Amino acid sequence: MAEGPDRGARRLPGGKPKYSVFSLMRNARRYHQDWQQAWRAPEPKKSYDAIIIGGGGHGLATAYYLAAVHRITNIAVIEKGWLGGGNTGRNTTIIRSNYMWDESAAIYDHALKLWEGLTQDLNFNLMFSQRGVLTIAHSWHELREMSRRVHAIRLNGIDSDILTPDEIKKLVPIINIDQSIRYPVMGGFLQRRGGTARHDAVAWGYARAADDLGVDIIQNCEVTGLRRKGNQIEGVETTKGFIKSPKVGCVVAGHCSVLGDMADIRLPIASRPLQALVSEPIKPELDTVIMSNAVHMYISQSDKGEMVLGAGVDKYNSYAQRGSFPVPEHMIAAAVELFPLLSRLRMLRHWGGIVDTCPDASPIISKTDVKGLYFNCGWGTGGFKATPGSGHVFADLIANDRPNSIAAPYALDRFQTGLLIDEHGAAGVAH
Amino acid sequence: MLLIDCPHCGLRDETEFACGGEAHIARPLAENAITDAEFAEYLFWRDNPKGVFLERWCHTAGCRQWFNAARDTVTHDFIEIYAMGSMPASKAGKAAFADAWRRNTASEAAAKPSSKGGKS
Ligand SMILES: Cc1cc2nc3c(=O)[nH]c(=O)nc-3n(C[C@H](O)[C@H](O)[C@H](O)COP(=O)(O)OP(=O)(O)OC[C@H]3O[C@@H](n4cnc5c(N)ncnc54)[C@H](O)[C@@H]3O)c2cc1C
Ligand SMILES: [Zn+2]
Repeated sequence: MAEGPDRGARRLPGGKPKYSVFSLMRNARRYHQDWQQAWRAPEPKKSYDAIIIGGGGHGLATAYYLAAVHRITNIAVIEKGWLGGGNTGRNTTIIRSNYMWDESAAIYDHALKLWEGLTQDLNFNLMFSQRGVLTIAHSWHELREMSRRVHAIRLNGIDSDILTPDEIKKLVPIINIDQSIRYPVMGGFLQRRGGTARHDAVAWGYARAADDLGVDIIQNCEVTGLRRKGNQIEGVETTKGFIKSPKVGCVVAGHCSVLGDMADIRLPIASRPLQALVSEPIKPELDTVIMSNAVHMYISQSDKGEMVLGAGVDKYNSYAQRGSFPVPEHMIAAAVELFPLLSRLRMLRHWGGIVDTCPDASPIISKTDVKGLYFNCGWGTGGFKATPGSGHVFADLIANDRPNSIAAPYALDRFQTGLLIDEHGAAGVAH
Repeated sequence: MLLIDCPHCGLRDETEFACGGEAHIARPLAENAITDAEFAEYLFWRDNPKGVFLERWCHTAGCRQWFNAARDTVTHDFIEIYAMGSMPASKAGKAAFADAWRRNTASEAAAKPSSKGGKS
């Protein structure tokens, strides 16, 4: 189709308006056999101005903002598998910005603001749904600690409200607020702007828009070495040969230490399995995301009707993309305690991803001792929500070779200065 | 579920154990002499290999004893379990110890008083 309906509302280029209700009708008539390619499948060139390693949401967002904001378009994204096949396509899609420290508020709310216009920016439906994220307290102590947190969050201008058990019951009719259960619901706090989005759509939307601006997206190509000359990065060794570039950004989540080892960059990361599962689909029952740190699980209902459940990481390092059975067993037990009606549902799918956990539960967005080599990692159990913000500030770091004020606190040197950003409280139950 | 062979109690379920992370990190003894960067090596930088990893486990819900293990982080196979304070004996375990970048760090050098102290 020629012009999409909403072009004027868009703020950034890329992702030509090729989809419309008319193209949908036309393709339906052709049994959806000849939809146009969303992005090309190019062979790598010999050299690029910048290379992004990792075709997850964060890597693709970085490439997109490099092209759309900084006009650096001679770049490649190199992905060893398929787009979004890492944690991006395995996560439970909770989006929120109610973190306590100022540094966290700055980056997570930057991301949330970008989410709010992202479907328009990319011209791709991300199914972004601001259904609200409710965190429950199960003891007086937890409730008091929560109020302190809520006030800190509000001081940063981020919406956050304390709810009573009755208000929670109204919002979530299927919850058990009986005060006699092992972990009674004593209250909670709600971020109404929080919610969920379709995870693969985020990868696909960024990929399509970046490709449209000339970015080469190269799948099934693994980076096997980082070549440096003295203190300067020269390029990357891949399964498709050597590719030259003066700037390389590593955005490989659970594999960041593997990439770090290739260039003698040390990281404080432990790679751990994080598991999630979905039930068989049922009719709409739950239109809020619920999290509980004490019972230790979180739950939401997908648009398909599945109950989506997650909890904490497995306790040992792993690259196996699967975890141990006691973890899902525990999360199901916790969910049934709060939502008795779940006890009769069957589990449909269950999977794991390898997350890059960092000692202070905050990410690393940083230059390194090797000039032109940048790392964006350490998002651990909760980086999906940050995807647009992370890509946006990382692109800025790579383009200008200096962090902006949002990215600066996340530099690697905080593990020497001791200026950690301890968000274990906000990260609580993993998400 | 991993089955872990506690040196004192035999094969037990993973749920009885706690994992203590990277083994053989020696604490620098010359604390006042080393730099912040070197102390960060000890405190924060972690070996996180895809493959054989030397790590510590504790049988928390059993005998409560600590021990070391060489485990493959891709297959989850326990290659070897060996006592605290001793070195790996298997070929893969020995290689994992020798090849670890930590062997060449300033913080590890600062952890050796004379000959072989400090390591556990
Ligand atoms: C079960 C689960 C639930 C989660 N739930 C939430 C949630 O509710 N909310 C939230 O905010 N976050 C959540 N997260 C965390 C979130 O998924 C991640 O923080 C985020 O998606 C990381 O995105 P990424 O693009 O950095 O990494 P990934 O999507 O993992 O992308 C990294 C890519 O790098 C590629 N790669 C690795 N090595 C190489 C190489 N050598 N060469 C080339 N490519 C390579 C990988 O194949 C991969 O595609 C969850 C994670 C999991 C596993
Ligand atoms: Zn024992």
